Amino acid sequence: MSEAHVIGPLAQIPVGEGRNVVVGDRTLAVFHLHGGDVYATQPTCPHRGGPLADGLTGNGTVMCPLHDRVFDLRTGAGPDCSITVMRVQVRDGVMVLSI
Amino acid sequence: MNKQTLVVVGNGMAGARAVEEVLARGGSERYRIVMFGDEPYGNYNRIMLSNVLSGVQDTSDIYINPLDWYVENDITLHCGARVTTIDRTARVVTASNGVQERYDVLLIATGSRPFIPPMDNVLDDDGELRRGVFGFRTLDDCNAMMAAAKQSQTAVVLGGGLLGLEAARGLMTHGPTVHVVHLSQHLMNAQLDVEAGGILRRAMEGMGVNIHLGQRTTGVELDEAGAVAGVRLKDGGTIACQMLVIAAGIRPNIEVAQRAGLSVERAIVVDNHMRCLDDRNIFVVGECAQHRGQVYGLVAPLWEQARVFADQVTERNLDSAYHGSKLATKLKVMGVELASMGLTEPQEERDEVIRFAETRSGTYKKLIVRDGRLVGGILMGDISKAAYLMQAFDRDSPLPEERLSLLFDLGTPSQKVTLDEMPAETQVCNCNGVTKGAIGACVAAGKRSGKAVMDATRAGMGCGSCKSLVGEVVEWFCGGTAEEDPSVHYYVPTIPMTKPELVAAVKQHGLRSVSAVFRAFGGSVEDAGAKPALASLLITVWADEYEDERDARFINDRVHANIQKDGTFSVVPEMAGGVTTPADLIRIAQVAQKYNVPLVKLTGGQRIDLVGVAKQDLPKIWSDLGMPSGHAYGKSYRTCKSCIGTEFCRFGLGDSMGLATKIEKRFRGVDSPAKLKLATAGCPRNCSEAMVKDVGAVAIGNDRWEIYIGGAAGAHVRKGDLLCTVEGEDAVMTVTARFMQFYRENAKWKERTYSFIPRLGLERIRAVVVEDSDGIVGALDAAMAKSIAAARDPWREAASPKTANQFADILVPEEVR
Repeated sequence: MSEAHVIGPLAQIPVGEGRNVVVGDRTLAVFHLHGGDVYATQPTCPHRGGPLADGLTGNGTVMCPLHDRVFDLRTGAGPDCSITVMRVQVRDGVMVLSI
Repeated sequence: MNKQTLVVVGNGMAGARAVEEVLARGGSERYRIVMFGDEPYGNYNRIMLSNVLSGVQDTSDIYINPLDWYVENDITLHCGARVTTIDRTARVVTASNGVQERYDVLLIATGSRPFIPPMDNVLDDDGELRRGVFGFRTLDDCNAMMAAAKQSQTAVVLGGGLLGLEAARGLMTHGPTVHVVHLSQHLMNAQLDVEAGGILRRAMEGMGVNIHLGQRTTGVELDEAGAVAGVRLKDGGTIACQMLVIAAGIRPNIEVAQRAGLSVERAIVVDNHMRCLDDRNIFVVGECAQHRGQVYGLVAPLWEQARVFADQVTERNLDSAYHGSKLATKLKVMGVELASMGLTEPQEERDEVIRFAETRSGTYKKLIVRDGRLVGGILMGDISKAAYLMQAFDRDSPLPEERLSLLFDLGTPSQKVTLDEMPAETQVCNCNGVTKGAIGACVAAGKRSGKAVMDATRAGMGCGSCKSLVGEVVEWFCGGTAEEDPSVHYYVPTIPMTKPELVAAVKQHGLRSVSAVFRAFGGSVEDAGAKPALASLLITVWADEYEDERDARFINDRVHANIQKDGTFSVVPEMAGGVTTPADLIRIAQVAQKYNVPLVKLTGGQRIDLVGVAKQDLPKIWSDLGMPSGHAYGKSYRTCKSCIGTEFCRFGLGDSMGLATKIEKRFRGVDSPAKLKLATAGCPRNCSEAMVKDVGAVAIGNDRWEIYIGGAAGAHVRKGDLLCTVEGEDAVMTVTARFMQFYRENAKWKERTYSFIPRLGLERIRAVVVEDSDGIVGALDAAMAKSIAAARDPWREAASPKTANQFADILVPEEVR
């Protein structure tokens, strides 16, 4: 059974950046990409625990700020480790996550 | 045709190499490939772990196949899953996490694990290695060892073989005193004789390693808290230590094969096709395979085994067979180069020994010849003849009558002649078995740069020691017209332009934002790593007309503080020239107390660093400090150190403190391709280290100053070049500004001045900046003035954030449904 969580207004997150957000009982890093796509991931990098929300984003990618590992936001794939990723829907300017 | 399933148990070097060989033979047409790996990573080069330990390489450098590779090749990878059962009747394997896969062909490549000799207290109550005791086998081991070494005064390495010595070398770089305890009477007894072992021992002792030979450890000593406190030796002595690394050999991982009823002696027994004796559908390669009574722990036999396996399972060459390997190895231990092959001592009466020893310089050469053929050899110090001798050993080829020429080049032939004479079947890369002929074929197929050939053949991708030789061979095949990969000159990898080309294009098209540049030249591909590089270039070009997109900035420049390993930040207020006041110190102290700042540290740039601050506290701290940013986080002008100068110093010749303050107030907040660290010194005693700064001014009396550029005393150490001598502080400011602007416009992203100056040449820079050879100093002055006018104290954003939730650590939504 899937649950829908309202993350909050899209305007909370500047374009091209990420923020940590409490969703239900967990914290997720949520990224608002150029072009409007929104993704949520686990908050820390599996390499050394870097804060992914502080990373630089590209087209469908995020780069951890500590040691520059790049992860694919669509698949979670990284160079030597991978992250959990979730697609976020935007409905009327509000981010909604289905878990 | 329905695909069959190839299941590979083991995702180490052997398993992954075998799969690569299968793929290279078109095996993906025939097989669906499934791999199981115990470790939660892609596939990495285990040989390189010692480089990671010693800090020469980063963990990311040693990956052979990242996780993408598995996706691209349609390989199902179960990582972090150890196979526990092989059901040969049902042809199903089961892993510890419950995953099951059916196979048509099974490859066992489980490798080996460290041998843990029996001794007291080495294991904890769960039967695992005790905290503080390490096997040196995996990336996790390596990371744990690095962390422990930083906390340890003394480390003991058990085992003086190759792996033990590499562990000792690596541990030393992290600080602890290192002891090596070795069972045999000399080091590396599998590869060296007594005399060579002695030379190595002296070399290692000279580097500060303590060697204990002929010793056995009987137990680990613990303190009251149960932590490692020392090791006990058989002779009753003890060595106090806080960590123990066990490198006493390896044991093949054979348990799963044993339970499946396969023939196992020292390892899993295979035939010449690398197939199990008992089951035609099961193959074995690598350290867990036993072939003709031999179990190999080196990498070269494994490559050959993987080829034979792939030839067989793809049916590309059913005649392919493995006939065993002759063991020869070339390596570098603690900076000592050595090569070893075959026997270390003569065994039969007819064996002839040729030996040369120069113990003073650490040169030692010994060959063992039987019936005119080489059966063993040790080379230390000078290994220039190693390639020739290893080949003669491997091929069993007849040796020249004049034995002396085996040890030395008499009337040395040049390298050119050697490459001309080198037969096509000579291996250039021993790790990956790439011959001169294979490189030639690759060049003929159009790969005309060293990098392209290495990518295609994997030559040079093992231990890396042959990279320069591969380059020379490529050059030789190209007849001296090898190409350079043009992308090395691009400013950012996704846009095919050098920095001057990109600057011109940006100006011509009026591109003022990073996203505009991506749209115009990057095919709309936004490369995360390129964003800060482009932002730096655009702000240099446009100054106040730059269209600032905050997402193009690295996190440090978004929140104006330096990110730390735990995601907190450091706060460094401006302290021009390193001069402060009691009132400022009190305020800094009060702020540090109010916000429970965990670390207050003086920086190398003569400021005070408040380390470990949460992002959300940054604006509050800045407001409470009421001081401007010290810019200790960006690719920008950082700071200007100074000495006391004429104020109080009895030697001072110029007001270095006053000049440093002027420099700081003028250039603060100016971006640049890499950080700029400056200093001023009041006399040539150079107390503020101005000669090793990006720009340094040294007073020499009569109001005259020497200006040094391109100095460094960090990862690189370089004495700055004397650019010119000028009269008056204003002239120092002018020349400094011109040089910095010229550097801002022409340096590559992250290219420090110590690289920039040698690249362009000091003469060229002096001509432009001091002599105005190009007639551009007016333009440099104007551009710098514009940038200075556009610079703002970023800490003012405390009161007016630039983006939504700019300093929020975490957002908590109002409603959760």
